[in-house]
Amino acid sequence: MTRPNLLHKMFSRADVWLATLVLLVIVALAVAAPLIYPKGPWAMGGRPFLGPAGDLRFPLGTDTNGRNILAGLIWGGRVSLVIGLVSTAVAVSIGVLIGAVAGYAGGRVDAALMRFTEIFQVVPGFALALVLVAVLQPSAGSIVLAIGVVSWPPVTRLVRAEFLSLRSRDFVYAAQLQGQSSLRIMFRQILPNVASPIIVMGSLMVATAILLESSLSFLGLGDPNRMSWGFMVGASRTVLRQAWWMATFPGLAIAVTVLALNVLGEALNDALGSQSGKR
Amino acid sequence: MDRRAFLKLAATASGTAVLSGVPLMAAAQAKGGVLNVVVQPEPPGIMIGIFQNVPSQMVGGNIFEGLLRFDADLKPHPLLAESWESAADGMSHSFKLKENVLWHDGKPFTSEDVVFSLDKMLRETHPRVRNFLTAVESITADGPYKVDFKMKHPFAPFIQSFEVGSMPMLPKHLYEGTDYAGNPVNSAPIGTGPLKFAEWQKGSFLKLVANEQYHEEGLPSIEAVYFHVIPDGASRATAYETGKVDVLPGGSVEYFDIERLSQLPNTEITTKGWEFQGSQCFLWLNNTSKWVSDKRVRQALMFALDREAMRDIAFFGYAKVAPSPWNSSTKYYTEDIRQYPRDVEKAKELLKEAGYDGSPIRLLPLPYGETWQRLAEIARENLSEAGINVEFTATDVAGWNQRLGDKDYDIAFSYMSQYGDPALGVARLYTTSNIIKGSPWNNVSAFSNADLDALFDAGAREVDEEKRARIYQDAQALIAEEVPLAWLFEMIWPTIHRANIKNLISSAVGLNDSLGRARIE
Repeated sequence: MTRPNLLHKMFSRADVWLATLVLLVIVALAVAAPLIYPKGPWAMGGRPFLGPAGDLRFPLGTDTNGRNILAGLIWGGRVSLVIGLVSTAVAVSIGVLIGAVAGYAGGRVDAALMRFTEIFQVVPGFALALVLVAVLQPSAGSIVLAIGVVSWPPVTRLVRAEFLSLRSRDFVYAAQLQGQSSLRIMFRQILPNVASPIIVMGSLMVATAILLESSLSFLGLGDPNRMSWGFMVGASRTVLRQAWWMATFPGLAIAVTVLALNVLGEALNDALGSQSGKR
Repeated sequence: MDRRAFLKLAATASGTAVLSGVPLMAAAQAKGGVLNVVVQPEPPGIMIGIFQNVPSQMVGGNIFEGLLRFDADLKPHPLLAESWESAADGMSHSFKLKENVLWHDGKPFTSEDVVFSLDKMLRETHPRVRNFLTAVESITADGPYKVDFKMKHPFAPFIQSFEVGSMPMLPKHLYEGTDYAGNPVNSAPIGTGPLKFAEWQKGSFLKLVANEQYHEEGLPSIEAVYFHVIPDGASRATAYETGKVDVLPGGSVEYFDIERLSQLPNTEITTKGWEFQGSQCFLWLNNTSKWVSDKRVRQALMFALDREAMRDIAFFGYAKVAPSPWNSSTKYYTEDIRQYPRDVEKAKELLKEAGYDGSPIRLLPLPYGETWQRLAEIARENLSEAGINVEFTATDVAGWNQRLGDKDYDIAFSYMSQYGDPALGVARLYTTSNIIKGSPWNNVSAFSNADLDALFDAGAREVDEEKRARIYQDAQALIAEEVPLAWLFEMIWPTIHRANIKNLISSAVGLNDSLGRARIE
């Protein structure tokens, strides 16, 4: 499944260029955060409620505790990106595993696994995530787990459908005749053929995961030891009338990142010629 | 025989006679106006013999009454008791009750009610009362209007405990022989206070109306009080701005809104009415956890905290940095003890001496909203500057109660009332006998020191003022050296209200028993 013109196809669009650039900048800032603001996002350096551009040390102003908003944005990017990526990895792993077994085995196993999946699909995802985080106590681990647990069913559905159609292809029969184990066939023969829709879906899921994490943090269920964008918006809710900048900049950061990820995901989808990743 | 005596007679004769008297009374007094007050959060119940939560007290304290009422200097004044006498050796006390006092259902209030309330009901339902009563040998009624207390040993702040929140008088005829917690009267309580219960729409408002048969001439002058339940701090501030509510009790709006609200026209701000509670904010330090059990680490914590910054940033100036573990409204307060100004270098030194290796120290913020979260963030920042590796434990109110009760924490924010006397509100935080698993309201630090126990024990029994003062000054000095917990602030709770509401706060417990005495002009 090599597509030599993939990159060419993708980057023929200006918005893709822009989205990539934005993401690169965000990632670079997040990686370099300890170099740019070695004291971390919680350091209280200035006067509380300092507006943007009032003091060069705090270009985006300060919050209720006199903390630098820009430092918060840069460090918060780390948290948002890492949680987005890791929880997507968790969701994709669960989804691929269950979807592959269900699709390949078929019959009763398939039916049982799909009913199980439906249990998760009928429960509103965000509500379930809220409950999970509240019960497990908010921490980076519990948040990743909660987002992973509510995000895997679509992946399962997708993978199962692909496996169902691929398992009766000739190359699978050939592998079976060779005496390859079911596990080997599933993951070495079939899975690589499903890779592109999974990649497309995964890239869009990262965006959703970042939104989920922000929403949880906004409601005060973020990891209290890590500054994230959602936490910043949440912390500014009650002082919106005094300090518009406290909510605006992290809000923009969330919007821009999610938008960029969506543009990239869509572009990947178009380039890979897959329809299944579309939402 | 005055009108009240007549009414009392009428009430005992027949319930309907009282009702026919009501319009007459209303006409006789120039009454008027409705008070709209915020209650935050919605109380779990308003029968303050059972629910001792802060919001319960604010509603219930106006329905029920204690034998005495206290002014801002914590001086006792007659209320249900007309006069009282204490023996010089502190071994007996006797109270002469006011006659002609009626319960809201028309039955007369007598010494039987006092004996029942203290000896039977509150002993079972009110942990603080149980504590006071350990000093009491017997409580007896001497005729319908006199109650005698015999003591096992003197208890110096005895008179002080007759305030409504500590010892509300409850109707014997409605509670005797019933399951106190399950009694249906709890949801529509019957007291003797100037206001009586009318209606409670859960999640929306609670209404009290004037008690027309109140035992003090000319009171109450308002018609009704509505307590509005508004769950969000910003919405409470808006409700005041739009005129929906007229009184914002201390703690009901976030500190950063206070300045703006107090500038509004026809608005007054006061910090009075909290003298009895005298709350102090502090950090529980778990004396059973590995690092915090070391005195040097505890002292280092005190030196590392920037209490001025906390006051200015988290409380917007509405707090007083505490020079002593005693609140300045608590008796025998002294500043002549070891002080802990911010000194990060000293903190680092002490930590080094203690051999602290940078392992995480868990900090439990108080889950009461924005201000407390910001406060905890400042503390974490302060402590990490001194090299302490602080980790937040995120939790809700139930989790906070449980963790403190189980001593499953390292350091934790809290604030508690001192009730004006060290034997009432301070000793419980430090003495060995108060290390009780399962409750977040006692010696949660699990600090145990025989010398300090002895001082608190002697202080509670000493009736000589001068000797008592010396004992408690020694106790403060010992605490300042040992740092069983980290005292931070005296809380200041500004009440914001319309300027045309007069006499809104007339006692040391403020709104908790003053609403029936307020006037609207």
